[in-house]
Amino acid sequence: MDATSSVEKPPAKVDAREEELIRRVQNGERDVFYELVQPYERRLYAVAFAILHNQHDAEDAAQEAVLKAFKNIRQFRFEARFSTWLIQITMNEARMRRRKEHGEIMEPIGEYREEDGTYTPRDFADWREIPSESLERTEVRKLLLEALASLGAKYREIFILRDVNHLSIEEVSEMLGISRASVKTRLLRARLMLRDLLAPKMSSGWFSTPSLPKGEKPW
Amino acid sequence: MVESCEQVWREVSNYIENDLDPALRTEIDEHLRQCPKCRSVLEGTRNIIQLYGDERLFDMPLGFSWRLRHKLAGARPTWQSVGFGWLAAAAAMMLIVGGFVLANSSSRAQPAVISHMAAPAKPLPEGLMVVVAEHGKLFHLAECTYIHAEGRPVRTMTAQEALREGYVPCVRCLGEYVVKVALNFVRKYGFISV
Repeated sequence: MDATSSVEKPPAKVDAREEELIRRVQNGERDVFYELVQPYERRLYAVAFAILHNQHDAEDAAQEAVLKAFKNIRQFRFEARFSTWLIQITMNEARMRRRKEHGEIMEPIGEYREEDGTYTPRDFADWREIPSESLERTEVRKLLLEALASLGAKYREIFILRDVNHLSIEEVSEMLGISRASVKTRLLRARLMLRDLLAPKMSSGWFSTPSLPKGEKPW
Repeated sequence: MVESCEQVWREVSNYIENDLDPALRTEIDEHLRQCPKCRSVLEGTRNIIQLYGDERLFDMPLGFSWRLRHKLAGARPTWQSVGFGWLAAAAAMMLIVGGFVLANSSSRAQPAVISHMAAPAKPLPEGLMVVVAEHGKLFHLAECTYIHAEGRPVRTMTAQEALREGYVPCVRCLGEYVVKVALNFVRKYGFISV
């Protein structure tokens, strides 16, 4: 256990309206559950997609997770944010499906490199400005999703929880059962690896190195 | 003092999330002013966070919400399912126990008849007094001439009690009795209901 993990956790934040809806569902008003889940649909789908890399499987996993949350809503004790609880269930569901589908996937050897070692960026392309409109382009979205899929699971999951779902370091640490320091180290690596993958394609190539052969990762 | 680019790369996330000691931040700022490589790493990392944090990146399949609502409409919370399961189990148990009790009570009311050649009687008038001879199989009206007691003790009881003990009616005396009752009924009311 690292020293930083002893930092006192912030109080759980379930906003008043959400709390009221949860209590109503817990008391038998089944119809309001969708209202409760609707704001998080896309995030849950993103978690499932990041793990399963397939639209159909991701939809099945995310929806099954929502059904499980609904069936077990009385187990929600307001000790965490409702969204965190949903994300945790979705992540477990997606991981279970991935294991069922592919068995225990062996991580690439690179996954087990010493995490304390500094990650050295391989590419210094000048990628200063990203207009948010670029996301409207299908090929940009495809590029981003492919880059994310190419990360090892332990980096991808942390990145998805923190940078896509905006969970705090503490929440990610608790959800994955690893120290805050490990979360931060892996998160940094995930971000730098993605930058290395995408910068040459998204920039004007100020310091860009020649492209890597197909299928080869820069780390 | 930040002396190498590696030190900056290690702190890129903390720098972006503003989770740095102010003195270190100042040093990194100073380094960034002079190092295009580190500026590239920092700006690129910022872009990554911005792009992946945009929810438009993950397009849900068309109809996702509709299908989810449809599935939810058919779902039932665990505690309700458990409740129904419990009720079903309880109902099944009650049926078993009830059936057992009923079977027992019914066998007390209608035991196997002592005479295997006889049919059990239909319900007879409550309080009709009959006699049975010990070790006999039939019950009779007291005036019956076909009681074959032959020195054995005779007990008096109601027809219902005799039925419960497994005796069957004597077709002679009780047959005559039923006919007599029916005739009286017809005489009195002019009809008989079957």
